[in-house]
Amino acid sequence: MDSVTKRYPDGTVAVDRLSLEIPDRSITVLVGPSGCGKTTTLRMINRMVEPSEGRILLDGADIQEQPVNTLRRSMGYVIQNAGLFPHRTIVDNIATVPRLLGWGRNKARARAAELMERVGLDASLAKRYPYQLSGGQQQRVGVARALAADPPVLLMDEPFSAVDPVVRKGLQDELLRIQDELGKTVVFVTHDIDEAVKLGTMVAVLRTGGRLAQYAPPAELLSAPADGFVEDFLGADRGIRRLSFFASGGLRLQKSPIVSVDSTAEQIAARVTPGVPYLLVTDPDGRPLGWGEPDELTAGSPDPDRLLPHGRPFEYGSESLRAALDGAVLSPTGWAVAVDGTGRVVGVVSQQAIGEAIRSAHAGGRSAAGTEAGAEAGVAG
Amino acid sequence: MNVLHFVNAFFSDGAHWQGYDGIPTRLAEHIRYSLLALVLAAAIGLPVGLLTGHYGRGGNTLALIATAGRALPSFGLLVLMFILLGFGMVPVMIPLVVLAVPPILVTTYEAVRSVDPSPVDAARGMGMGESRILFHVELPVALPLILGGLRSAAIQIVSTATIAAYVSLGGLGRYIIDGLYQRDYEKVAGGAALVAVLALATLAVFWAVARAAVSPGVRRGG
Repeated sequence: MDSVTKRYPDGTVAVDRLSLEIPDRSITVLVGPSGCGKTTTLRMINRMVEPSEGRILLDGADIQEQPVNTLRRSMGYVIQNAGLFPHRTIVDNIATVPRLLGWGRNKARARAAELMERVGLDASLAKRYPYQLSGGQQQRVGVARALAADPPVLLMDEPFSAVDPVVRKGLQDELLRIQDELGKTVVFVTHDIDEAVKLGTMVAVLRTGGRLAQYAPPAELLSAPADGFVEDFLGADRGIRRLSFFASGGLRLQKSPIVSVDSTAEQIAARVTPGVPYLLVTDPDGRPLGWGEPDELTAGSPDPDRLLPHGRPFEYGSESLRAALDGAVLSPTGWAVAVDGTGRVVGVVSQQAIGEAIRSAHAGGRSAAGTEAGAEAGVAG
Repeated sequence: MNVLHFVNAFFSDGAHWQGYDGIPTRLAEHIRYSLLALVLAAAIGLPVGLLTGHYGRGGNTLALIATAGRALPSFGLLVLMFILLGFGMVPVMIPLVVLAVPPILVTTYEAVRSVDPSPVDAARGMGMGESRILFHVELPVALPLILGGLRSAAIQIVSTATIAAYVSLGGLGRYIIDGLYQRDYEKVAGGAALVAVLALATLAVFWAVARAAVSPGVRRGG
């Protein structure tokens, strides 16, 4: 997008000289408060809104040069509330764009069935009508419909804002999974900064009046907000949220203070570790049960009901420091439990150790942010 | 002096079932007038209603025309047209069409305008042309309401088409007008009963059309 402006006849400026380079095959999120022009920006990409000034280039070609409906058919379009056709069955809704492109009915339906599977919809829903589906299911259909003709570009306008938080999280995870598989160029509009940070490879924060406040990867956004507006918009706990971008793989785990529930008193005694006031008790498969005091545990066989809760275990390596810290904060012992992909305990880690990991991660982040700040200062000077 | 008795007497008279003044002939005439008037009114009301509804413009003008159309007395218009144009089908069709256009036009306009904007936005964003949006999205979704407008127009036509007899045409109005002149109240009651039955049959036809034409996805509440 090259210095694009949208000015309405009444003089309102919705988007003001916006320039964005949207990377291929990744998710770019436009985020901002209402009235910041994010939806207008998105709708200019498929020419639902025509810019007053500036150009939008797609793979180097001005989008004005293509017939408008050809352009739109090459871009998947997902909107809030899905916007399904109420008079068509789910399968026919999904087959819309292939049919517009002149595919035969059977081929289009076969493609639709394939997409239903891809977005996690049961095949039995194919002959249903939209009103028979829940909001989350409708939104999945909306995504499937947008993907039906395999467009290289996917435009999503607050697609998940009308569903409840649990369903929204499911849809977000699903989108990330589909994106991993298909590698579309996604432009995603939301007013929810958490959604932006979670989904975006790049995040563009827009401010009221359609000005770009910051365009950066989410980790950089959290570590180095460009100004007070971005910082306010990110919210108070951006420090904690930023931990999402640090892997937990760097944590040094303690492996000794772990005992199985069927251990003997001698085995338990052998596991008592200096500096660790508790022992983690696991079931015979190695899944965490809870924390016990060494004295009580050696006194008899461990009673699972009397153990202290272990908080939410985090998956070592794949989950972030944020999950690890969360686990440690939730546990009354202040120790977090690390598990592998199958839920078996691989070690435990204290709040203190997590704190050290955060400090060293921040030190790395700060030096990177420092050079950027320096570069900006250089430009300003 | 029992109306039901009159009706019964009218229908049990074998002479009423044959000839140029028989029930089958008059019924067929009545249906022919009504269908012609409905088709003409729909040919005017549907396209105008669909287009104005789609573009969302002209609502005020429509309301004005509709009110004016409703305010015109059908019978007065018939007599006026008869005086101006003489004997024939045209002076009968004009008041019937004027009667039927407003409900078709206004409900079609309102029905298209009230279609949920998000599927329309989605359709446009997916690259559907405007006429495709109108015929493949707005029309099927608005169809239950549009059929409702056609149905009330059709029923008004069926009951009002009786006035054709006043200007020497046929139809079920013959029985009512002739009966009144001849003080043959059996005939009047019988003719009125036939008009009522035809109106109910019209309802049934529209119900069947709606079942066949309206998608189950939009049928709820429609």
